[in-house]
Amino acid sequence: MTELRKLLVANRGEIALRIFRTAREMGLATVAVFSDPDRHAPHVRAADEAVALGGAAPAESYLRADALVDAALRSGADAVHPGYGFLAENAAFARACGEAGLTFVGPSPEVVEVMGSKLAARQLAEAHGVPVLPAADLSGVAADKVAAVAGEVGWPLLVKASAGGGGRGMRIVRQLDQLADAVAGARREAASAFGDDTVFVERYVEAPRHIEVQVFGDHPGNVVSLFERECSIQRRHQKIVEECPSPFLDAALRRRMGDAAVALARAVGYVGAGTVEFVVDASGEFWFLEMNTRLQVEHPVTEAVTGLDLVRLQLEVAAGLPLPAAALEAAMAGHAIEVRLYAEDPAADWRPSAGRLHRFRVGDSGGASAGDVRVDAGVEDGTVVGVDYDPMLAKVICHAPTRREAAARLAGVLQRAKLHGPVTNRDLLVAILRHPEFLAGGTDTAFLERHPPTTLVAPPARRELEVAAVAAALAEQADDRAGAPVLRAVPSGFRNNPSQLQTRRYEHAGEVIEVGYRVHRPARIEVDGREVPDLAVDTAGPELVELVDGGVLRRMRVQVVGADVFVDGPGRSLVLRAVPRFTEGEHEHVAGSLVAPMPGKVVRVEVAAGTEVAAGQVLAVIEAMKMEHQIVSPEAGVVSEVQVAVGDMVDVGQVVAVVDAAGDGAGGA
Amino acid sequence: MRALHSSVDTRSEVFQANRAAMLERLALVAELQATANGGGGPRYVERHRARGKLMARERVELLLDPDSPFLELSTLAAWGTDYDVGGSIVTGLGVVSGVECIVTAHDPTVKGGVSNPYTWRKVLRSLEISRQNRLPHINLVESGGGDLRNQADLFIPAGQLFHDLTALSAAGIPTIALVFGNSTAGGAYVPGMCDYAVMVKERAKVFLGGPPLVKMATGEDSNDEELGGAEMHSRVSGLSDYLAADEHEAIRIGREIVAHLNWRKLGPAPAQAPTDPAYDPEELLGVVSADLRVPFDPREVLGRVVDGGLFEEYKPTYGTSLVTGWAYLHGWLVGVVANARGVLFNEESQKATEFILLCNQTDTPIVFLQNTTGYMVGRHYEQRGIVKDGAKMINAVSNSSVPHLTLIMGASYGAGNYGMSGRSYDPRFLFSWPSAKTAIMGPEQLAGVMSIVARQAAEAAGRPFDEEADARSRAELEARIEAESDALFMTGRVYDDGVIDPRDTRSVLGMALSACHSNVITGTRGFGVFRM
Repeated sequence: MTELRKLLVANRGEIALRIFRTAREMGLATVAVFSDPDRHAPHVRAADEAVALGGAAPAESYLRADALVDAALRSGADAVHPGYGFLAENAAFARACGEAGLTFVGPSPEVVEVMGSKLAARQLAEAHGVPVLPAADLSGVAADKVAAVAGEVGWPLLVKASAGGGGRGMRIVRQLDQLADAVAGARREAASAFGDDTVFVERYVEAPRHIEVQVFGDHPGNVVSLFERECSIQRRHQKIVEECPSPFLDAALRRRMGDAAVALARAVGYVGAGTVEFVVDASGEFWFLEMNTRLQVEHPVTEAVTGLDLVRLQLEVAAGLPLPAAALEAAMAGHAIEVRLYAEDPAADWRPSAGRLHRFRVGDSGGASAGDVRVDAGVEDGTVVGVDYDPMLAKVICHAPTRREAAARLAGVLQRAKLHGPVTNRDLLVAILRHPEFLAGGTDTAFLERHPPTTLVAPPARRELEVAAVAAALAEQADDRAGAPVLRAVPSGFRNNPSQLQTRRYEHAGEVIEVGYRVHRPARIEVDGREVPDLAVDTAGPELVELVDGGVLRRMRVQVVGADVFVDGPGRSLVLRAVPRFTEGEHEHVAGSLVAPMPGKVVRVEVAAGTEVAAGQVLAVIEAMKMEHQIVSPEAGVVSEVQVAVGDMVDVGQVVAVVDAAGDGAGGA
Repeated sequence: MRALHSSVDTRSEVFQANRAAMLERLALVAELQATANGGGGPRYVERHRARGKLMARERVELLLDPDSPFLELSTLAAWGTDYDVGGSIVTGLGVVSGVECIVTAHDPTVKGGVSNPYTWRKVLRSLEISRQNRLPHINLVESGGGDLRNQADLFIPAGQLFHDLTALSAAGIPTIALVFGNSTAGGAYVPGMCDYAVMVKERAKVFLGGPPLVKMATGEDSNDEELGGAEMHSRVSGLSDYLAADEHEAIRIGREIVAHLNWRKLGPAPAQAPTDPAYDPEELLGVVSADLRVPFDPREVLGRVVDGGLFEEYKPTYGTSLVTGWAYLHGWLVGVVANARGVLFNEESQKATEFILLCNQTDTPIVFLQNTTGYMVGRHYEQRGIVKDGAKMINAVSNSSVPHLTLIMGASYGAGNYGMSGRSYDPRFLFSWPSAKTAIMGPEQLAGVMSIVARQAAEAAGRPFDEEADARSRAELEARIEAESDALFMTGRVYDDGVIDPRDTRSVLGMALSACHSNVITGTRGFGVFRM
């Protein structure tokens, strides 16, 4: 028995917050660590104390085992919870914690080590009768032998980082000539993400299901299965929808997979939370993939259906307590689905998006859990989503009596969420949760290949855009009026002689929508110069606009941030960009000619006709009244003529040189 | 203050008939305004647009802050004359970069934007409003100058323009010219006299004499650009402070100029947050009698205009044909002087005098609501000194220095027009409802008086009196006076600042009152001698 008093969480974001929550409930003091950009992150505020790690990139911050151990010692922590990712499965870190007298919340360094090596783990699984896929280690295989080794494994292949996780470092290879590149790429990614560039190849099962079993072991030697999670819906090998139970498993298969997972865990004397991942094909055959020796991102679905707090179990087990009866005799109730809300653009090849998250409201109570909807978020209003870390904003989990209800409720929560800032995968998640194939349980890892984002999420219909633009315009006018320095009590846009409507223009995905409106009697709404049929204004406030659209009152929430207008309607959330009333006029340069600002003597000429110049580049210098005046190019382009030479006297307004703007074929003045 | 209680029955026949009559008048006003907004008609508008130019009101709209109100003045100027209704210029009170300004914009689609006598009345009135209320004056210029065929009517007022523009500048009231096109000869002095001038490239043309005149005068060959182009004025003469690439940029620069005026209103801020009137302003349409011989209670109007429908009446039991008291309008305290039953008797005149003095003592602006047939005549009243009492009231009104806002709701006859701060008494703003009638006396009375005078003359001369001819000429005269006292006739001559929809009264008076507060509000403490 080791009594834990103070817990340092060697992680950030939602998982740090999640762990602090249980630690607090259990009466533990909490310590956060943070990188430079995370100084004001929510997880830092959630802890009793916090220690700076410095740096920004993971390698300079959250991957620094020495700094983390030092932080624990400085703050007087007696235990370290690694969360997931970063050093969660790093045996050296687990060992360093132990050597520093700290309790590492996780299995022993030896177990972490063996399971951290996917190759070693495979061998172990195989030895204990757990089915594994054919695979080969390519380390040290001569280039001319690679083809033969690959052939033995069988095509297609999956290149995997031995230390990998979360899909990073993985590559599917279907042809030999792509193998070398894939291996090299996987090595690079693995090295940067995990600090270990060992990769191996494995038979790739086409469109399998990804089903994992949550296991838990304690010091007295109990090992229990807490059932499966299906995580088949993935993008680029990254899970985005996870659920428990799997719609695919029957009781028999569940028992067989659970037994296999428990056997493997028992074989290594597993202590703590672990996850045994399998691929399952359509016939129900399954193969061991890997074992994760940590808390999984998707652990909340298990918590929802079992009613257990896995972090509490982890901390209790770490303290040497046996697993409670509730865990040993766990049962499933209902169905839970989790989605991972990412700051990324699925339609643009899942490109991560960054920037300030102006508003983050998910669920009924703005990010906090309520009822059967749970939101594990690491962000809040105003969080800047950076490029240094995983762009996951939050996990949203819904628990309901049936899978259908869980999916429907979760889709609704997501749709009603206010996510103002970087592009997110919200619409895609909603589309998946409402897809007939998903609802029928047709989940496998190829789901998003069959239904790419561009077909799952239809672009907004013109009418939707128009209604959103009308809401944006009306909210902006209300905001204008509320902040008017004078005449605030006069109706918006009051005209005693109405000659035209107020207009505002918005841009969305290249489409421009012009809204014309008059709020004051007689009210009128137009889009692109035509009255919008069947659309009337009920309420127009700076943040709430209610429109009667085809007889239906639609409530639109609006937030304006600079030129971005976020409109959350009942069906969809859109961001519109306000087109400024005045475009930046071209300045007084007449078609590229640059004139002397004052009379003087040319002391330097730095370009000749034909010189390519950048914006701001000095072309010539004129001296006058003991001062030097630079003639600079206002834009990038090519000098078409130079009309002065060194020593020339120039008059004010005299053309010195002419620059043709890049891409402008016409000559200068 | 106390809540006003309305006794208007909106379902009554009288109310509905009044409403129908007012809506009919408003439809006519709207139609005339639409004509003015259409400029010189589709042909000239299309030609103007084909040149890539904006209409006068489009320029104004772009200049104004989005969603801010704009009170256009004298929209029906020149109605009933040979000139186009609207006077070929837009003038109004609006908000630019958060500053209440007077904006004028020539309508170049109406005969090239040349000025006629009504253009000048509007222009000079706009300058007067700027001066009295300390409002920056912005001119959106594109005018072919004066209509030379009417030079005799134009030459002298044009000089007044240059004078008044520089006078504004001297008074510290900024003047700005945005030149979109022609601004030649006399027009050239507008940018010349303004504190700031912005010219649109390849469009603005600002010179004293064009190439033909120069050729005639000096024999020199020249072209438009050399004499008055925007480039020339921006690079060589310096008459232009800013060279704008296009109309949009000129307007953007104009907004920037106002933004950096560092403008502060000198009057006090509203004393309290404005609240909506207690009753629906829409009901004003039925409150106003279609037949002016039927008086209506101005408290019914106040309940639909002033903040919260709250009013503190002064001397409610004395001189009851006139209502006086205090109310808040858009948060500012105002004194109200309103006719209740048309006639001003001795008591009403004294009450008004006292009330005006009180408002001056406390620097409180006064709103006059006119519906008066004038001061009472008759032996009894003359002997009680109605001339003296009326004179006191006119003295008080004349020498009152707090801002006056006057609204002609109905009748405005005789010296009642004067005593109730009519146009000659320099109210800061004067508006009329379409129901207004303004004349020296009622048409029926005037024709009757003329008839009696004619009959007396015939009797004195011993001539027989032609009853038939008298009836005819009496009817003719009555009809003519009726027409000439009409709100459209008066507004056409720019004897008010515009005919307004009664439902807009609160907004219009509120904007006018706010404009007054750009200047200091100071009442008169030492009045002239009253004949008691």
